[in-house]
Amino acid sequence: MAYYVRKVAGFLVTLFLVSLLTFLVFQILPGDPARVILGVDADPLQLQQLREELGMDRPAPLRFLEWLGGVLRGDLGTSYRYHQPVSALLGSALGVTAQLAVYALVLTAAVGLPVGIWLAHHSKKKYALPVSLLSQLGLSVPSFCVGVLLVSVFSVGLGWFPSMGYTPFSQDPLACVKSLTLPAVSIAFGSAAVLIRYVQASILEQEGQEYVKTARSKGVPGSRILRVHVLRNSLIPVLTVFGMTITDVLGGSILVENLFSLPGIGRLIATSINSRDLPLIQGLVLYLAALVVVCNFGVDLFYSVVDPRIRRK
Amino acid sequence: MKKRVLGLVLAFCLLPVVFAGCGSQGETASSGEADTAVVRMNIGSEPDSLDPWQSAATDTEAIFHNVFEGLCSFDETGAIVPGLAQRWEVASDGLTYTFFLREGVQFHNGKEFTAEDAVYTYNRLAGLDGEEPLSSDFTVVESVEASDEHTFVVHLKQPSAAFLALNIEPILPEGYEEQATHPVGTGPFRFVEYTPAQRVVLEKNPDYYDQEKMPRIDRAEIYIMTDPAAVVSALQSGSLDVASIEADDAQVLEGQFDIVNAPQNMVQILALNNSQAPFDDVRVRQAISYAVDKDQIVDSVFGGYATKLYTNFSPVMETYYNDSLEGTYDTDLEKAQALLDEAGLGDGFTFTVKVPSNYQPHIDTAQILAQQLRPLQITMEIETVEWATWLEDVYTNANYQGTIIGLSGKLDPQDVLGRFASDYDRNFYRYSNPEYDQLLASAATELDPEARAETYKRCQEILTQDAAGVFLCDPNLVVACRKDLKGYTFYPVGFLDFSKLYYETA
Repeated sequence: MAYYVRKVAGFLVTLFLVSLLTFLVFQILPGDPARVILGVDADPLQLQQLREELGMDRPAPLRFLEWLGGVLRGDLGTSYRYHQPVSALLGSALGVTAQLAVYALVLTAAVGLPVGIWLAHHSKKKYALPVSLLSQLGLSVPSFCVGVLLVSVFSVGLGWFPSMGYTPFSQDPLACVKSLTLPAVSIAFGSAAVLIRYVQASILEQEGQEYVKTARSKGVPGSRILRVHVLRNSLIPVLTVFGMTITDVLGGSILVENLFSLPGIGRLIATSINSRDLPLIQGLVLYLAALVVVCNFGVDLFYSVVDPRIRRK
Repeated sequence: MKKRVLGLVLAFCLLPVVFAGCGSQGETASSGEADTAVVRMNIGSEPDSLDPWQSAATDTEAIFHNVFEGLCSFDETGAIVPGLAQRWEVASDGLTYTFFLREGVQFHNGKEFTAEDAVYTYNRLAGLDGEEPLSSDFTVVESVEASDEHTFVVHLKQPSAAFLALNIEPILPEGYEEQATHPVGTGPFRFVEYTPAQRVVLEKNPDYYDQEKMPRIDRAEIYIMTDPAAVVSALQSGSLDVASIEADDAQVLEGQFDIVNAPQNMVQILALNNSQAPFDDVRVRQAISYAVDKDQIVDSVFGGYATKLYTNFSPVMETYYNDSLEGTYDTDLEKAQALLDEAGLGDGFTFTVKVPSNYQPHIDTAQILAQQLRPLQITMEIETVEWATWLEDVYTNANYQGTIIGLSGKLDPQDVLGRFASDYDRNFYRYSNPEYDQLLASAATELDPEARAETYKRCQEILTQDAAGVFLCDPNLVVACRKDLKGYTFYPVGFLDFSKLYYETA
């Protein structure tokens, strides 16, 4: 119990420090949000009014405290750029990014697990060479490059998928899945490659263990050894990779989301920084910090499910 | 158990194949053959505000001029034409404007448009209702009144030649408070939705009063796209029907699309901080003007899609453009060297240009300019800065030596040339010339159009003589259009006129 209290307290302190740091950085960075929003042709009167509306005429420490007070009451404030509540913007962007994340993770798992298992046993064979090469490629090519390639083949060349934009699931489920397919594949390409490596290595490691030898000498069929004994034990490192991927994707892939014009978290991060939208950035930072903590916690929980020995320790 | 897992894995692997099969179906639905004619276009930046009173960005205006209308409007040449006012009369002293308004016009929320809405709008803009004025331009207004339902009278404090162009400002319905979330105007298109970071959607206003300007398309979707490469692939994959593109990309799209282009009334300038050495010396600025080869910039940065400039004015605004300045500062390195020698900088010097990092053409231009200045032993260092930083350091505080920027065109020459007036708060060139200031001030109240045009031409001459900056070119707006989409119209200000677009049925 004390362990969890300490963990939560640490989490809250981290959140506070991160927001304070973000706030300070944005006080130092040049750039006036009102000017960025209204542009070069802004009327001085408009600028002045917007600054007042945004509350920028008041001292910085006061604004930070007000923001902090709001957060404690569950109010993340209003975005400078979009004149909308930060929580609403975060919510709708998260909707997009979460769908993308689920899609990408399903693809990652669907490709990474079977291919990794297969490669563990067949990597020495000649016919496995193309698969190894492809996974090598996945490790080294950044996701937006894959995205550009996919766009030129599957949307420009073949016209199967849209090259940009997002259709909400509620509006048209099929169009929604189609609009997320190429971005999901671009993300999954790299993360599946990582997963393949980990699965392969960890299965090989487990198969060298004594208990596998024992099972084999008892005459247990190979497929059963793999399924019942090896797979479960090799899942620990796999979970770690998975946890990292989830954090990564849910944190918004700025480049991939920009490339496909998806209104997700990544795009929001980019615009909020460019437009010096402090409340929005603060909200995003809180979200990202919370995300990392929650994902790590989730992975920890899963460890104990996969390997009950961890729980006993 | 095993079979179920395997089945699941297989199903996921097949997922892409399933969608692929549906691909061809989706494509036909998105083309113009469907019942509703949709035009999908791109825009480079997010709307600053949906409420026109809180908006100043060119891109926002470009979209929402379809939704809102003012008493006056403008045509393709930039001339002021009737809008919600069918005609107007100006008193001989230039102080009273009487607008005769259209009858039978409805706002998108069903409210009828009357002179009271104009009174409401102008009162707010000029701050005549006891509140702070919304626009400093409108502070020239003394009072307004509705003399009957469809007659609107404006009294000015002093004669103003620029006043007529101000009446493009949208008329908003009195008593409607939701402009910032759901804008309502009288225009040929109605606002449907705005999804932050994604798109703005407009639809045809079937009740529009002017049959000639009645839209021929049903719906316009404007996608916010920041990456030029993504725009090209969106066009190629059929996700956009028409798009403004980088000049570089025109070649790739030619053949598959109609490429149309026109000057956009912009001045791309190498601005030199006139208040700091060495650019406080007119000879140094002139020397740099002589050293620059504009043709090379036009050809290699803009692929030929640009017009050379000689002063802070684009030839597209014919009435006011001073064509006698053409040819001044044609490249002449000897003259440049002589001027530098005279200024005591014959051995060259080093300076830094701050270029906004989000405008690749300006960065490319900077690189070419750096090359061109090398023979004079001038070292031009390029520092790319983020847009927000540029606005603060360069535009607001004039904390820079040189910069490259293109400011968008205006309908009234006062707005373009006024950027060099000493008392203009954003005169980041830090240019100051009393004669120039005085000419501008006299043009502002000059009511004879010809005399006014002459004064502006003289102003341009002064800017060129003083080499207030190095005027480079007016980059064309380059637009790629689906072959069956016709009617794309250019204006000397940013305006995506969706009412003129239509699909040609084969």
